[in-house]
Amino acid sequence: MSGFKTLQGKAAALDRANVDTDQIIPKQFLKRIEKTGFGQYLFYDWRFTKEGLPNPEFELNKEENQDAPILIANENFGCGSSREHAPWALSDYGFKVIIAPSFADIFHQNCLKNGLLPITLPAETVDYLLESAKSQPYALRVDLQNQLIEDENDFSASFSINEYWKKMLINGWDEIEITLQLEKIISDFEEKQLAVQ
Amino acid sequence: MGKSIIDKIWEKHVVHREEGKPDLMYIDLHLVHEVTSPQAFSGLRMKNRKVRRPDKTFATVDHNIPTDNRTVINDPVALNQMTTLERNCLEFGIPLAGLDSPEQGIVHVIGPELGLTQPGMTIVCGDSHTSTHGAFGSIAFGIGTSEVEHVMATQTLWQSKPKTLKLEINGELKKGVTAKDVILYIIAKNGIGFGTGHIIEYCGETLAKMSMEERMTICNMSIEGGARAGLVSPDETTFAYLQGRKYAPEGAEFTQAVEKWKEIVSDPEAAYDKTIQIDAADIAPMVSWGTNPSMTSKVNEQIPQLEDCKNELEQKSLARALDYMGLKEGQKIEDIQIQHVFIGSCTNSRLEDLKQAAEIIRGKKIHPQVRALVVPGSQQVKKQAEDEGLHLIFKQAGFEWRESGCSMCLSMNNDIVPSGEHCASTSNRNFEGRQGSGARTHLVSPLMAAAAALYGHFVDVGALLSAEAVQ
Repeated sequence: MSGFKTLQGKAAALDRANVDTDQIIPKQFLKRIEKTGFGQYLFYDWRFTKEGLPNPEFELNKEENQDAPILIANENFGCGSSREHAPWALSDYGFKVIIAPSFADIFHQNCLKNGLLPITLPAETVDYLLESAKSQPYALRVDLQNQLIEDENDFSASFSINEYWKKMLINGWDEIEITLQLEKIISDFEEKQLAVQ
Repeated sequence: MGKSIIDKIWEKHVVHREEGKPDLMYIDLHLVHEVTSPQAFSGLRMKNRKVRRPDKTFATVDHNIPTDNRTVINDPVALNQMTTLERNCLEFGIPLAGLDSPEQGIVHVIGPELGLTQPGMTIVCGDSHTSTHGAFGSIAFGIGTSEVEHVMATQTLWQSKPKTLKLEINGELKKGVTAKDVILYIIAKNGIGFGTGHIIEYCGETLAKMSMEERMTICNMSIEGGARAGLVSPDETTFAYLQGRKYAPEGAEFTQAVEKWKEIVSDPEAAYDKTIQIDAADIAPMVSWGTNPSMTSKVNEQIPQLEDCKNELEQKSLARALDYMGLKEGQKIEDIQIQHVFIGSCTNSRLEDLKQAAEIIRGKKIHPQVRALVVPGSQQVKKQAEDEGLHLIFKQAGFEWRESGCSMCLSMNNDIVPSGEHCASTSNRNFEGRQGSGARTHLVSPLMAAAAALYGHFVDVGALLSAEAVQ
């Protein structure tokens, strides 16, 4: 996985609360055994009409939101199932950052494991961003190293992120490789656990 | 200061702790199914890694499988996912309860049933309803596929300790009110995100009186309130359930295990980050009418009015949900017409659930407009139910009696609700499209689902039972 440092790009607004992972990637697309190619099914039931044509009403189908790498969403984004197909679909579609007032726990964790940066900001700040991005093309700059978001006007906000995840994202490290270096500690733990049983 | 069961289990499983990092936690049991594991196995293979502890890993097929005829699988993509799991389990040495196994079933039904799930454990699975296993006094939570791979390779996970929430339920439940109604009521009252970032400990006198099946139903839906996990301190009910199960300790080892399990029970003066009190007497049979589990009301109430919403966001969500569900604000819940009934899922497919539903329909016929399915949670549940003759009661009433699996809870197989039609479902999620594109799901208890099957609309099963008692 390549590392994440800064990103400048268009931001698309999806102003809906409690967007669940069943909407992000519907279950009929979970039967594949690969991690790739899920972008075409992202938000399938919202993005396409019953006839399989792009739904002009859906936010991400609007002209100004094409190729946006940043998604601005509303509260409790990613609730529901633990399917990692949700961040795979968002990444494959082209998103690299999701901004919301709150995220569901498992989805948040799954994003971090896939180089997709979830940023939590206060509800008023997200409301401002949603309004800014709703009707016209809107760009943001996200700087993970300095934990800053800015637009092309005067807007600027800092965000918090756990130092561990920040380091993992910036360096694009393989977490399993890191844990395997603690092999001795894990083995010792297992022996100790066996002894008390 | 005393410690809660959450603190005690957590501390016992910290393998490595370092400033500025999450804790490295040891995982005692890893449950695996066909949908969220193939990419994890591929990842291991690509890096030439092994499954560290196949003896602490157990797999089954449940999400994808047909529940009518198991010998014919028409969907080649689904079939490939099932055979991939078989191949992976063989290659990595993982025990598998496959389609032809008498132990096969929904992963959260068979874990407890086989005695794999035990108090004091840390349990994970690539499925959000892993919280079910918390009913036994374990920290059990859902993980994504990257974490599935991480557990396979290392038997550990990097986890920041969630906050703790004590949810105390006291008082007497009314007639017709079940564990399902309790958890739906809790989510409706506190909101879909009330548990985010927390592990819930359910306690109180109402909980203490509940069977393991009822506790599992409650813990199962912790995730629908956003919680990382939900659990109950183990007690005599827990120990009695576990004794004699296939993978539970035996003889003197069992007695020793019980002593250990008693140690992890929450101390009376334990501190929590948050506390919620629930009065059991306030709860009625519940019905969800919207597109997330918090959009739920009592059966004798009406759908809320747009003007009563707290803010614009809530109003928009309500309008969207009613549009999707084809319902109107202020409409009476009992007037909602039902075309499908599904009794099953990891929430409500155990023997006790099926017995309750069977009592309601015994000797009666389902409404002519209704198609009804019973999908037992496991092959063992199916067999026990058949030994007791429950399948005959269901079949005579007009229900279809199926093989075990997740089925119409998420409709990955052919068990689908057609667009625009309403389903009274004992499952856990009523999201848009969950039971099929355009399908309209209403979450209810097995008692309420059975009653809806008879009448073709929702009825207050409490009143129904009281009336029958008088006759």
